[in-house]
Amino acid sequence: MFGTRKTSRFRIAFKTAVVLACLALVLSACGDDEDSAAPEAGTETTAPATTVAPEEMGEEVLVMEHLGDGSLGTVEVEPGEAVQIRSLNAITGDVAFFGLPIERSVVLAIADYGQVHGFDVDMGTGLDDLCSNDGGQAAAQIIVADEDVVGVIGTSCSGAATAAAPLITDAGMVLISGGNTSPALTSDLAGTPGPNYSYGYYRTAHNDLFQGRVMAEFVFNELGITTAAAIHDGDPYTQGLAKAFTDAFAALGGDVTGFSAVNKEDTDMVPVLTEIAAGSPGALFFPIFQPAGDFIAEQAPGVSGLEGTVLLAADGLLNTSYLALSQTEGMYFSGPDTRFGQNVNASTGKSAQDFLAAYESEYGEGPAAPFWAHGYDATTMLLDAITAASYVSEDGSLMVDRQGVRQYLDNVRNYQGLIGVIGCDDFGDCGSGKITVVHHASSDDPEASMGNVVYSGGGN
Amino acid sequence: MANNWAPKTKVDWFLTVLRVLALGVVTVGLLAFIAQQISVDNPFARLINPDATGLTVAQFRGLVISGLSQGAMYGLIALGYSMVYGVLGFINFAHGEVFMVGAMTGMITSNKLDDAGLWESNFIGSLLFIVVVSMLVCTLTAVIMERVAYRPLRKAPRLIPLITSIGISFFIQNTSVVLLGPTSKAYPDMPDWLTAKRTFLEIEGTKILVICVAALAMLGLWLLVERTKTGKAMRAVAEDQEIAGLMGVNVNRTIVKVFAVGGAMAGVAGILWGVLFRSVIHYTGFLPGIKAFSSAVVGGIGNLGGSMAGGLFIGLAESTGPLLILEPLGVSGVSQLRDAVAFAMLIGVLLLKPSGLFGERLSAEDRA
Repeated sequence: MFGTRKTSRFRIAFKTAVVLACLALVLSACGDDEDSAAPEAGTETTAPATTVAPEEMGEEVLVMEHLGDGSLGTVEVEPGEAVQIRSLNAITGDVAFFGLPIERSVVLAIADYGQVHGFDVDMGTGLDDLCSNDGGQAAAQIIVADEDVVGVIGTSCSGAATAAAPLITDAGMVLISGGNTSPALTSDLAGTPGPNYSYGYYRTAHNDLFQGRVMAEFVFNELGITTAAAIHDGDPYTQGLAKAFTDAFAALGGDVTGFSAVNKEDTDMVPVLTEIAAGSPGALFFPIFQPAGDFIAEQAPGVSGLEGTVLLAADGLLNTSYLALSQTEGMYFSGPDTRFGQNVNASTGKSAQDFLAAYESEYGEGPAAPFWAHGYDATTMLLDAITAASYVSEDGSLMVDRQGVRQYLDNVRNYQGLIGVIGCDDFGDCGSGKITVVHHASSDDPEASMGNVVYSGGGN
Repeated sequence: MANNWAPKTKVDWFLTVLRVLALGVVTVGLLAFIAQQISVDNPFARLINPDATGLTVAQFRGLVISGLSQGAMYGLIALGYSMVYGVLGFINFAHGEVFMVGAMTGMITSNKLDDAGLWESNFIGSLLFIVVVSMLVCTLTAVIMERVAYRPLRKAPRLIPLITSIGISFFIQNTSVVLLGPTSKAYPDMPDWLTAKRTFLEIEGTKILVICVAALAMLGLWLLVERTKTGKAMRAVAEDQEIAGLMGVNVNRTIVKVFAVGGAMAGVAGILWGVLFRSVIHYTGFLPGIKAFSSAVVGGIGNLGGSMAGGLFIGLAESTGPLLILEPLGVSGVSQLRDAVAFAMLIGVLLLKPSGLFGERLSAEDRA
């Protein structure tokens, strides 16, 4: 008796749940209809105004005129639907400061760009690469499960791209990163592809070989220091950059006294610093992230043998929260050249100032890290590629040739972006490669230190 | 004991080979280290690691002090694991989270004090205050945890509260993310007189402070357990719950007290963490928790003095092990292997002395 009563109560609960679930489904389906109806209305009113060039092209030549041979398949976007691209960046956790501005730059770039052949562009919900291999893989699997996606802007972290790039490029999509800098993802700049290079991967961020070289030149030539050591945290980005620095330093004639690694979760840095101190380096380069970077800066002066060592870090730590720590005063940071000046993005006609104004009004704060410009240019490049590789078929659908998108990106030369002149090499390196070194003068005014450029170099 | 060492079966042979290998690696590493310290060009050291550099006395002292201060903290956390194990016979994996709650409480309180200007003007008073607040909050957390999650399972098989404790652990971590956000949060700057290197052996004041506070807390706990009636009740419950109950000991209340005392120790450890590293994040409790648990096992779980000694041992091992044993053996990137060294030490100790360095359970001592 007791048993049956329990069961029937369970059944009622189950039935209620099923009914509720069905209701929810029906409601969400209605919601979808409304959502997809809205762009349709938008298409009719705004199409002629924003897509002048493609319209002209469509009228003058055959509708079939577009880049690509169809070898990677075609994405068909039906009338009223939107071209699907995705953002895959580090938007939570300690590195959100770095990925969030990139994701927002994608949103703003899509808004500035307008439509592609009269079709809206949809970024969907921003995906998170968690700045890790696992995170990149999980998100990439979600992306490739949707066959309508043409391209992805991401990842923020090289470690995430190592896992995400093969999955996304195998699915025929392209991955354009505004934040990855590891040489392993593209090439050694001398014609040899990196171990994690896959065709269909591009980036507007610089290759860290530039950054390592500029930092080494600065230390050796400008500071006159002849011994140096480096610490990484096992991430492909930090490892690649630390190695690029020590290689370039040794090539200049300097003496590399130590090369070691920490774990991202380590807090007690005395052992690793003692290991480094055994070689008495004049400079210590640790291109890692927070919080490990905090502990190194705080504990280094207390380790015997490192009292006078100059501390150097890279763009991963070049942010206002790190610079606000009093122990980071006097450090040097390498990073992408953010003096964008009057550069104008050729596709949208917007300048860095326009972007920053829009960013501020949209999100109520300025971007916390410099790669927003790279994300913006990556997005407009992708949209240009989609425009060039697509055409409107007779039934009004937009046909996007996946191979054509790659063909367009492969041949990008002298494209004017916010970050400067962009040109893609054979292995997907499109960035300008310009690097600056800034000096952190006072932890009371981190903003001023961010712009305190003392050296610049790199670039093609 | 001696009989156990004579190999009988294939498994015994395998274990013996493992023991010899483990001891061999440690011995060769240490010898190579001593050789390189005598002279960097010592042929023996060169043979094993051609790039040997050697350490200065100051560097070596820095390593030891850093290991001791970290180890003292592990020891304090380990006390909570050990006491709960001694009394209830299961491992409370959520104890590391209680430690994190302590570090978070200290972060919030110390920043408030800093805003009020008291942190700089009266540092000692402020520190005492945050220690007390953190102990209270951690005690409360541990007691609520016991009441909500473990008491209903008192009669269940031991595996059940163990799994529950893992669930509680995730619950507390995620609560911290929801309440305080997912980024790391900083303690205010410590005063200069504390962070500056003391003239006494050039050891940083913070580390001396951590070791002293940990020693005081340990002394207090020892007095509580060995010299008070409450302590006697705890030992009685650890020995045999039923008989203790028959003898008039309130078992439930005693178990609550065990959790409370363990929580208070974790609270002290949380503040020490804040003083040492000045940064706390929601997963702060995870790795130190696991290492503290290892410390408890190394020292002999259920044995309070053993837990503290085990903590110091694990702390020292992970701090000095990479440079004293692995680096002279020519292993590269040794500092990344510190966690591996800590856990290898745990395995090594268990291989040689399966009941821990000082033997399991409190009651064994009392019987003697």
